[in-house]
Amino acid sequence: MTTEAPPLSEPLEIQFDYTRSLGPVLGRFMTGLAERRIEGVTGSDGRVHVPPVEYDPMTAEPLSKFVEVGQEGTVLTWSWCAEPVAGQPIQRPFAWALIRLDGADTALLHAVDVETPEAIHTGMRVRVRWADEPVGHIRDIAYFLPADAPDDQPPPPTSPPPPAAERADGASVNTVVTPIKLGYEHTVSPEESRYLRALGEGKLIGQRCPKCEKVYLPPRGACPTDGVPTTTEVELPDTAIVTTFCIVNVPFLGQQITPPYVVAYILLDGADIAFLHLVRGCDADEVRMGMRVRAQWRPREEWVTSMRNIAHFEPTGEPDAPYESYAHHL
Amino acid sequence: MSRVSVVGFAQSDCVRRTPGTTNGVEMLVPTLAEAFKQTGLSKSDIGFWCSGSSDYLAGRAFSFISAVDAIGAFPPINESHVEMDAAWALYEAWVKIRIGEVDTALVYGFGKSSAGTLRRVLSLQTDPYTVAPLWPDSISIAALQARLGLESGRWSEKDMAEVAARSLADARENPQAQRSGESSVADLLDASMTADPLRAHDIAPITDGASVVILAAEDRARDIVSRPAAITGIEHRVDSPVLGARDLTRSPSTETAGAALDVKDIDVAELHAPFTHQELILRDALGLDDAVRISPSGGVLAGNPMFAAGLSRIGEAARRVMSGDADRALAHATSGPALQQNLVAVMEAQS
Repeated sequence: MTTEAPPLSEPLEIQFDYTRSLGPVLGRFMTGLAERRIEGVTGSDGRVHVPPVEYDPMTAEPLSKFVEVGQEGTVLTWSWCAEPVAGQPIQRPFAWALIRLDGADTALLHAVDVETPEAIHTGMRVRVRWADEPVGHIRDIAYFLPADAPDDQPPPPTSPPPPAAERADGASVNTVVTPIKLGYEHTVSPEESRYLRALGEGKLIGQRCPKCEKVYLPPRGACPTDGVPTTTEVELPDTAIVTTFCIVNVPFLGQQITPPYVVAYILLDGADIAFLHLVRGCDADEVRMGMRVRAQWRPREEWVTSMRNIAHFEPTGEPDAPYESYAHHL
Repeated sequence: MSRVSVVGFAQSDCVRRTPGTTNGVEMLVPTLAEAFKQTGLSKSDIGFWCSGSSDYLAGRAFSFISAVDAIGAFPPINESHVEMDAAWALYEAWVKIRIGEVDTALVYGFGKSSAGTLRRVLSLQTDPYTVAPLWPDSISIAALQARLGLESGRWSEKDMAEVAARSLADARENPQAQRSGESSVADLLDASMTADPLRAHDIAPITDGASVVILAAEDRARDIVSRPAAITGIEHRVDSPVLGARDLTRSPSTETAGAALDVKDIDVAELHAPFTHQELILRDALGLDDAVRISPSGGVLAGNPMFAAGLSRIGEAARRVMSGDADRALAHATSGPALQQNLVAVMEAQS
């Protein structure tokens, strides 16, 4: 491959609020946290598990005997987090620790607010610092402090608190909501980069598989039939046929066009794979399989490296393509 | 039931950052070609395909579907995927051959670990109710485990540095390694802490990469290579996800997986230990003494492509059997925080 500009890449952030139902054991634990109380569950061997487990780890028996434990505990091991990442309880250097609360037999993982690694040690006594407004979430324990830390110690910077799950007044907590937000550097392949850059100049660039000679647009990098790199570039016209289509009548969040409208598989003249796009410029009930269409490009000053540059496809008025000419693309 | 042999292994270079996509196609196409060249097989010879990768790592849904482009999946192929290290995809393929459904299988794994913040993404492997909402990063969790061993006297910082020094020295012979070099234990111990008690040398690098292993039923294997690596046993086990409820200085799941196999008279063991102290835990769990050559490839401290590195351990161990450097080799793969889940395979020269 010849030297060329590096593949296009962009930061990509994905986000989703995971809403999880809790069941009787974790529900009771979270309800306790919302009331600034920590409850463990007693196992079949009498050991107290904090956080509670739903089933005994040895006998698999469902567990339901709850016991309140202390809000002070002992550090069993710790590690130093010099560069916290987003979402961690404390947003300046802090210690992670496994903490055995008084009255518990297992340890809870949480953050401890100390300024330096020298200020924490295994065996140290720590106590809970509650969130200002507990909602029934593990983050209701904002973090731990050395047991002897003064009450008026200024708080560290923290991550935003989780949202409160809906519940009726006085009802127990049966759901937790945890926002998950992840950042990536999203990169497209060299072939896709050439395709997208060409779109930015109003051109449609596909690639031909050297083996089966099929033309792919967008280009794939590897032929999905033969698994070999697709190397030969082919410039395609912006005329096409509709192979198949649907009429969208359902409104949804973020919809940009008022229903009804047509989403169709568009097969460019000379291409062997269809892509999804909009058909407009006629009533939805006039769109047909085999209909001839042409790209309607947005004004040149709006072009970016995206298929968005084509606003939609419109009927050309030419006779429909015969069914046999596209049947194998359905 | 037929025994199953490894007949081919190829891997991409281990690199800090590839310019490729998160669906791995660019890393997989040449790696698959290399595996086919080694074995003389082609796509139509493969009865079953199985891959390991993660959408969380890729930051997109169904990234493994795009990866299928790299193998050429038309006409339709017999294919499966695990959202785990591809060592577990190999286990699925092993079962397919054992039950006689197919007699060849190709297993691949890929990961572009550099696309996101790896240690943060991996925190989502933990319990989603009481742990993951705190975003405990993978390095901090491993550091909690390391300290437990240090303070209980099960290992020392020097033991850990020795693992790093040996791994990086061995990696000089591995052209696909990301890190290699000669370093003295004393120099390593002079370095400052990255995540107290872990130093940079204790932590596997962030690696993009892919690997491929080809399996065949024993009766087909000898037609493909002269000295197939027959899998005499493969077992996997899991420990409790509750980090505060298990003894993190041991790996009971590795112990029980190993106990179900014959792990005596091993020449070479490739261990999947992303942190130096985890190699010490694994050697202990598997009863590997000083006579066993540990991770001659340099192991994952020399390059740790997520979701492919465990499969690569099986491939590296098999390669040494196939080349005649070893008669019996052990491979180990891990998944999850603090060695939560472990797979152990034993291979020997097919007689």
